[in-house]
Amino acid sequence: MVNPMNLQSHSPMPTGITGFPIAAGASTEVAQNIRITAKDVSVSYGDLRALKSIDLDIAENRVTALIGPSGCGKSTFLRCINRMNDLIPSCQVSGEIKLSGHDIYGPEVDVEVLRRHVGMVFQKPNPFPKTIYDNVAYGPRIHGLAGSKGELDAIVEKSLKRAGLFDEVKDRLDRLGTSLSGGQQQRLCIARAIAIEPEVILMDEPCSALDPIATAKIEELIDELKQRYTIVIVTHSMQQAARVSDYTAYFHLGELVERGDTNRIFTSPQHAKTEAYISGRIG
Amino acid sequence: MTNTPIRSPLSASAVAGLKKRYRSESLYRRLGLGAICASLGFLAFLLASILQQGGGAFFKTEIRFDITAEAQMDAEGDAFILLRTTLRNSLQGANTRAARRQAYALAGADAEEQLQAILNGTQSTGATPGDPMPFSIWLSASDEVDFAVKSGLVNLMETDAQNIGQTRLTTTQLNWLAKLESDGEIRTPFNLGFLTNGDSRDAERAGLGGAIMGSLFTLMLCFVTSFFVGVMAAVYLEEFAPKNLFTAFLEVNINNLASVPSIIFGLLGLAIFLNMFGMPRSSSLVGGMVLALMTLPTVIIASRVSLQSVPPSIREAALALGATRIQAVFHHVVPLALPGMLTGAILGMARALGETAPLLMIGMVAFIADPPSSVLDPAAALPVQVFLWSDSPERAFAEKTSGAILVLILFLILMNGAAIMLRKKFEKKW
Amino acid sequence: MLKTVNPLARHKARPQEQAIRTLLVACAAAAILVTVGIIASLLFESIRFFSEVPMGDFLFGTTWSPQTAMREDQVGSTGAFGIIPLLAGTFLISFIALSIATPLGIYSAVYLAEYAAPKSRAILKPSLEILAGIPTVVYGFFAALVIAPLIRDVGTSLGFDVASSSALAAGSIMGVMIIPLISSISDDAISAVPQSLKEASIGLGATKSETIRQVILPAALPGIAGGILLAASRAIGETMIVVMAAGLAANLTVNPLEAVTTVTVQIVMLLTGDQEFDSAKTLAAFALGLTLLAITLVFNIFGSWIVARNREAYD
Repeated sequence: MVNPMNLQSHSPMPTGITGFPIAAGASTEVAQNIRITAKDVSVSYGDLRALKSIDLDIAENRVTALIGPSGCGKSTFLRCINRMNDLIPSCQVSGEIKLSGHDIYGPEVDVEVLRRHVGMVFQKPNPFPKTIYDNVAYGPRIHGLAGSKGELDAIVEKSLKRAGLFDEVKDRLDRLGTSLSGGQQQRLCIARAIAIEPEVILMDEPCSALDPIATAKIEELIDELKQRYTIVIVTHSMQQAARVSDYTAYFHLGELVERGDTNRIFTSPQHAKTEAYISGRIG
Repeated sequence: MTNTPIRSPLSASAVAGLKKRYRSESLYRRLGLGAICASLGFLAFLLASILQQGGGAFFKTEIRFDITAEAQMDAEGDAFILLRTTLRNSLQGANTRAARRQAYALAGADAEEQLQAILNGTQSTGATPGDPMPFSIWLSASDEVDFAVKSGLVNLMETDAQNIGQTRLTTTQLNWLAKLESDGEIRTPFNLGFLTNGDSRDAERAGLGGAIMGSLFTLMLCFVTSFFVGVMAAVYLEEFAPKNLFTAFLEVNINNLASVPSIIFGLLGLAIFLNMFGMPRSSSLVGGMVLALMTLPTVIIASRVSLQSVPPSIREAALALGATRIQAVFHHVVPLALPGMLTGAILGMARALGETAPLLMIGMVAFIADPPSSVLDPAAALPVQVFLWSDSPERAFAEKTSGAILVLILFLILMNGAAIMLRKKFEKKW
Repeated sequence: MLKTVNPLARHKARPQEQAIRTLLVACAAAAILVTVGIIASLLFESIRFFSEVPMGDFLFGTTWSPQTAMREDQVGSTGAFGIIPLLAGTFLISFIALSIATPLGIYSAVYLAEYAAPKSRAILKPSLEILAGIPTVVYGFFAALVIAPLIRDVGTSLGFDVASSSALAAGSIMGVMIIPLISSISDDAISAVPQSLKEASIGLGATKSETIRQVILPAALPGIAGGILLAASRAIGETMIVVMAAGLAANLTVNPLEAVTTVTVQIVMLLTGDQEFDSAKTLAAFALGLTLLAITLVFNIFGSWIVARNREAYD
């Protein structure tokens, strides 16, 4: 058994308590399970308040896009979900974030275990300067997910296939991950992230360093990945948010201004600021 | 379209001033270049004069003598008698007591050992012991002869009496040498003994073997200790240390330690390692530890710089996969920083190799004839050997000193070269 | 509702990680231990020394002749341990070294930073650094064998009375040794002067040398001064050059042609050769070491403070 803690089996949160107006708009979906609940989340760096009392629910097996002008706190919020903000000494997080009902800032929580369940893909592709194989195998190795070399090989192959990279690199798994092209590197990073079977994948502007063709490939991939994973993506590009996401949350100066079904946000934003941003007046 | 004229053209005085300004400009530039040239010129002068003085140390003068069967019979296996008989017989006119003494003085201190080796049968000549057969042998010459041959005095002496003043050899001895040289009985082969022998009071026998071994032991010990502790300390400071008063104090402390005079580390070694812990005096163990303490700050500082150059994205990538900080650091960051750390450590070792003062404090300055066989044995080190020999009144040791410096510099070049290669090879652009 | 075990909780302890962390802290603390060891050993032995020789005699005495302490029959067999002549000798030699290294170092830095083409800079700068990499024992040998006789010959031919191991010989070689130290710190200080400041001067029609003299050097001066202080600390603590090329007898003079001795030379003299560890003679070496540490520390702290402050000023 790869995953000792079956988070999926946990009873779903009652929908609609703080969440999206799920039934609203043109969504044809039935009520979604909520994977992540954020309640009154505030973040400050020293005296600077980066996030002010954010309430946001994130639906399972859907893509949620966080958009907003730079410095609005969308990346900060993303990094709260796998507690990467812990690395910044001056960073203070208050409020409550629950993953499948479990408080991830609880005292007994082990951040390493948390990050094993919440994977992350960064803005700039950051493969380890090791072989392609070792890049993907690293996570399963440290978490002891493979009992044998054969199992590990299978995990690496499966992850590379899911990341749509296997056919391109299957003959050169012993080459350095850093020798790949930018788009391939980013897909390698995605393969690396899904090799440990997380429930959630956080993506922090994953395409901002890539060319349009590589971007298109990653976007396609995101669409496939949501079958298995809950995806939260921070993006600068509104077109990208419109293309890949099911739900969109618009951040402005550390506040969550509006959230909802992506189609609805882009066609009939309810808030003036959202409309200004979408129409290109705030950038 | 018309051009507007320049409102105030340069006045005549300004033009004259401009010339002066340009002159001072070129003067200033030349001053800077001159300063560099003076410094580098001195460096060239120093290296050239050491090379010129010390080159000879790698060669030794040998004289060929024919050993007759009769002489061997008379000597009855005693190399001392055989050597003297041979010298007496081979050199013309060595029949008075004074002349004989002069003849004996041509042979080096180790010539007798060379002969004894043959008489004992350890060195093959084709003859069996007890069955004398004439043979010829290259015997090492005394240091005075060595000097005369290398500086070409042997041929000059008849025409240029002045040169005799530079050598303690008599006219008779020089005549013999001139004859031997014209007969092709003198050669100056590579002196392997200079690199392998231990120290000796006799210049022709003294070698760097002991000092090289001592330096090797000392440096290995120094490297192992300071590299391990230094890297670990740097990892703590860069990757784990919280920003607090203790860390700040630690940093100031390390920076200051790096500029404490080396002799102070020698005093520390003397008071703590020798007097408090009673470790063996003059041993490479204590020497290595003292040098390790001295190099530690350098290694820490270099390692920190190397760790800083590893991009944070690597750490984030590992942490985001659920690696602990220890895992992220030791699986990814340290391996990437290692070449840089090694470069710093090698440069630190190069400095430690040339360091003399702290070793004097812990007694690594004694005359030690036998190369050390363990880190607990009394040992010399290369720079200490330079210091010891430079103090020696005999002229032959001046050549040895310069020769030892050349060996020392060779090692330094090798170490620095290794560091530069390492840096070039692993230089990464992120 | 059933209380479920939080699946995010730590499910296994990691004792080896804690052990590694402890090891890391211990290694970092080793650096402090070295400092503590240095200070403690010097202080401890110095206190023993001062119980035999009053501190006032040590700090203000003008005679240094520890050798007499070994002769029982001599009147006042404790010897004379006045540090003043040693300090005077140390500072005289360091002063000579700095007066050679400062102009050469600064002008080299100016050339490297402002005039040299990148290619020649890439060759000249490391070549200059070689001077700092040569072991001091080599400088000492060279000073004693070549420079001291040279200075003596030249001096004598000019009608001066020159000692065979003059302060000038040791000081000038030491000066050569610290040129790279001054030039690299000056180079950094000059490079730290903002381009805008240089352009402002050039834009007013000043030549390059005028810009350097009137804008760049004044702006870089604190950094350069800090570098000179660090170099001075290096010179004061230098041992082998003076052991081999400076005098052995204490001599209170400012004449660079006479032989003087230094603190470091006396430490070596007191501690090499056969010795009993408890005599005032050997303990005196630790008192000298403590003095040396104190002086170099003041120079270092002050010097690096100035260098750091100057660097920040233009960041």
